[in-house]
Amino acid sequence: MPVTQTPSGPVWTRRTTTEQWASWAGWLAVAVLFVISWQVMNTNTIWSFVDDAPRQAGDLLSRSWPPRWSYVGNLWLPLWDTLNMATLGTLIGTILAVPTAFFAARNTTPSVAILRPVALFVIVASRSINSLIWALLLVAILGPGILAGIIAIALRSIGFIGKLLYEAIEEIDESQVEAIRATGAGGWQVLDYGIVPQVLPAFAGITVFRWDINIRESTILGLVGAGGIGLQLQSSLNVLAWSQVTVIFALILVTVIVSEWVSGKVRTAII
Amino acid sequence: MSATPPVAGRRWRRPPLFIQSRLWRWVIYSGVLVYLVLAVGSLEVDWQRVYAGLERAQRFIGGFLVPDFVTRSDQIWRGMVESLTMTVCATVVGIAISVPIGIGAARNIAPWPVRVVCRAIIAVSRAFQEIVIAILFVAMFGFGPFAGFVTLSFTTIGFLSKLLADDIEEIDESQAEATRATGAGWWQIVNYGVQPQVMPRLIGLSLYRLDINFRESAVIGIVGAGGIGATLNTAMERYDYDTAGAILLLIILLVMAAEYGSSHIRKWIQ
Repeated sequence: MPVTQTPSGPVWTRRTTTEQWASWAGWLAVAVLFVISWQVMNTNTIWSFVDDAPRQAGDLLSRSWPPRWSYVGNLWLPLWDTLNMATLGTLIGTILAVPTAFFAARNTTPSVAILRPVALFVIVASRSINSLIWALLLVAILGPGILAGIIAIALRSIGFIGKLLYEAIEEIDESQVEAIRATGAGGWQVLDYGIVPQVLPAFAGITVFRWDINIRESTILGLVGAGGIGLQLQSSLNVLAWSQVTVIFALILVTVIVSEWVSGKVRTAII
Repeated sequence: MSATPPVAGRRWRRPPLFIQSRLWRWVIYSGVLVYLVLAVGSLEVDWQRVYAGLERAQRFIGGFLVPDFVTRSDQIWRGMVESLTMTVCATVVGIAISVPIGIGAARNIAPWPVRVVCRAIIAVSRAFQEIVIAILFVAMFGFGPFAGFVTLSFTTIGFLSKLLADDIEEIDESQAEATRATGAGWWQIVNYGVQPQVMPRLIGLSLYRLDINFRESAVIGIVGAGGIGATLNTAMERYDYDTAGAILLLIILLVMAAEYGSSHIRKWIQ
């Protein structure tokens, strides 16, 4: 922090002059970018709709209250489908993610030149596409239904579980692996006794965490036709039955909170 | 493993991985098995439809391998511009709103009535996913990127304020104390005692959120909130898989670029 000497004594400032200018330039760049983006984004915005929003919100609220609680009877089966979609999807995703992670980890991959980049690409591709987009594609291919949802969840989970698991594998304590190898263990035995026990707690934690996220995501996959409670949401939205939408939102909220609680409990029990 | 001498008739057995009690292990494992049977049993799969879809899958993979950027290039371009501008605006506005809320939600610098209100705002914003909030905002603001912008700004608040508040609560109190000892007021304490400590992480989180917002902007278009997701949805509805493949490739590339860019800048700052 610079101090300048002036005739009336030393003056303290927080930044040097160069830092001050750099900081101003940074803020200016952000401001300019924001203004340009704002203008481009709003070229087609109809401002009367935006001005109208508070009234629309009031209207929406009056339509969605009171909730039609009797509708909840129609939701148990879709909820069961949603939970299955998340759980089976997590299961399939995990089964596919484990070998991917072992191929991607630098210390366990069988070939650094070919398999590792392929595994890393699989992880990146799976991670960058949201499960809703996966579901959109799979519904077109497999037809609407819970199967498309399961596969969408599975495909999205590969990247998440794969990435976290391969990072855990790369961070293991090599001396344990060394010790197992020193007993004359073969490749699989080293994996089984040296590496797996070290990453197992992390793996269990990651899987449960992903299951929790998947419950959250599977509730809305029905919007594109992949079954579950989202399908009811879509049909209620289509007929503008907002009092049913409220019930669905409430049920989704409860499900998400419960699954978060369960996954939190399980994770603290494991780790 | 204790150093037991190898006694005849005794073999070392691997300890169970998770559940120590044998009874509970069996109960839990069989419970899982029963659930799996029930869950798989309740699947209704129309295999004929799946079989019919294989031809489409082939076309789709073809579209992915030989993407068509040209035919609908103007729409792809417009969708991308909408997504990017939406992301930038929402991140800037979201951060601008979430900084005061984050400060207000921190236990060590905000009085409790303010804190309760700020924590409530955070909880509401985090409770639902982007897409659910997008549905509501599209109903309120009409179709188009403005609804997407509001959605992303709103969800940014929950993410950023919470992490900022947690961060402020974990600062080194002695620095704030030292500032206070000079006779600084509340603003000066925040500015000189707290801000320098949380700034690097705040910038890091903002960049991370920029990255997340772009990803989400590709999704919320499906419910009408503009951006590249809307273009993708249209392409899928037209069975125009070549364009859809091109859009997906662009999303993957941009997400990768954003991720590498933001993680590099974050490393450089910290």
